Amino acid sequence: MKELSLNILDVTKNSVTAGADKILITLELSEDGWLTFTVADNGCGMSDEVQRRVTDPFYTTRTTRKVGMGLPLLKLASEQTGGEMRIASSTEKGKSGTTLTATFDTKSIDFMPVGDIVSTVCILISGSPDIHFVFRDITPDGTVSLDTSELKAVLGDEISLAEPEIMAWMSDYLREQYEERRLKGKQ
Amino acid sequence: MKTLAELAAIKARMQNNVTLREGAAQTRVVVGMATCGIAAGARPVLAAFVDGVNKAGLTDKVTVTQTGCIGICQYEPVVEIYEEGKEKVTYVKLDADKAAEIVEKHLKGGNIVTEYTIGAIK
Repeated sequence: MKELSLNILDVTKNSVTAGADKILITLELSEDGWLTFTVADNGCGMSDEVQRRVTDPFYTTRTTRKVGMGLPLLKLASEQTGGEMRIASSTEKGKSGTTLTATFDTKSIDFMPVGDIVSTVCILISGSPDIHFVFRDITPDGTVSLDTSELKAVLGDEISLAEPEIMAWMSDYLREQYEERRLKGKQ
Repeated sequence: MKTLAELAAIKARMQNNVTLREGAAQTRVVVGMATCGIAAGARPVLAAFVDGVNKAGLTDKVTVTQTGCIGICQYEPVVEIYEEGKEKVTYVKLDADKAAEIVEKHLKGGNIVTEYTIGAIK
C-alpha cells in the first residue's frame, strides 16, 4: 500500500463485512504531529480468539485464498512510525461492535502519506449506500466532515448514495472543505 | 460551495431518470476491491469507471459495483463486465487510463478491448 487512505479503505471493509449499520471513521491530527485513525462500528464483533489472530497474515475470513494482509499491513504502517494499533471488540448481543485504533507519528520518515482520503470515503459509501457513515478529519486548522444521515435526509429512500452523480457531489463537497481548511492553515 | 440544497436539486433531476431506468437492460461493471485489488491500484480504476460512465451519460444502463477478492490476485486490478445475454468479460491488470478506454470502446461502443482481457494475458 502506498497511501494510508488505501489501508483505511481496506480495513473499513471489515466493518461492512461484520454487518455494521453504522460506521464512524475518524482521523485526528494533534498539535505535536501524531495522527490517530479510528474506525468504530456496531457490527457483530470478534471473539477473543479471533481478536488474537487478526494481525496474523495467515489468518483470514476470505474463502478465495488463505492469506489476509489487511490488518497486518495497517499494523506495520503504524508501528514503523513508532505508533501502535489497538482493537477493542465485543460480541455481546445488543452492544456488539469493534473499534480499531492506529496511531502514526507524521514526523517519522517512515510515515506513509494519507493520500486520497476523499476517494476512499466516497468509494466506501457508494459500496454500502445503506450503511450510516460518519467521517471526520480533525486537525488544529479545522474539521472536514461528512455524515450520510444528512444526505439521506435530503435524498430520501428513492435515490441511492451509490448513484454516480451523488458520488461526484460527495467528492466535491469534501474536496471543497479540504481546500478551505488548507487556505485557512496558510493564513 | 457545495450545499445540501444543491443535493436537493440533483435529486429532483434524477427522479425522472430513475423511473426510466427500471425497464432498461443493465450492464454491470464489477471491480475487485479486496486487499489484493486495492494494493494493486483498484481504487483509481473504480473511480475512473464511475467518472467515465457518468460523463458518457451511461448511468441509465450501466452500474458500477464493488466486490471482494475474485481469486486471481496476481492479475489485479481485475474488473468483470456482465451484459445481459452475453458472456462475462474479465479485464485484468487495469489502470485508470485503460478503464477510460474500456468505457469508451466497450461500454459505449460495444466492442470488447481484447488486449486487456484475461485471455490475452494468460
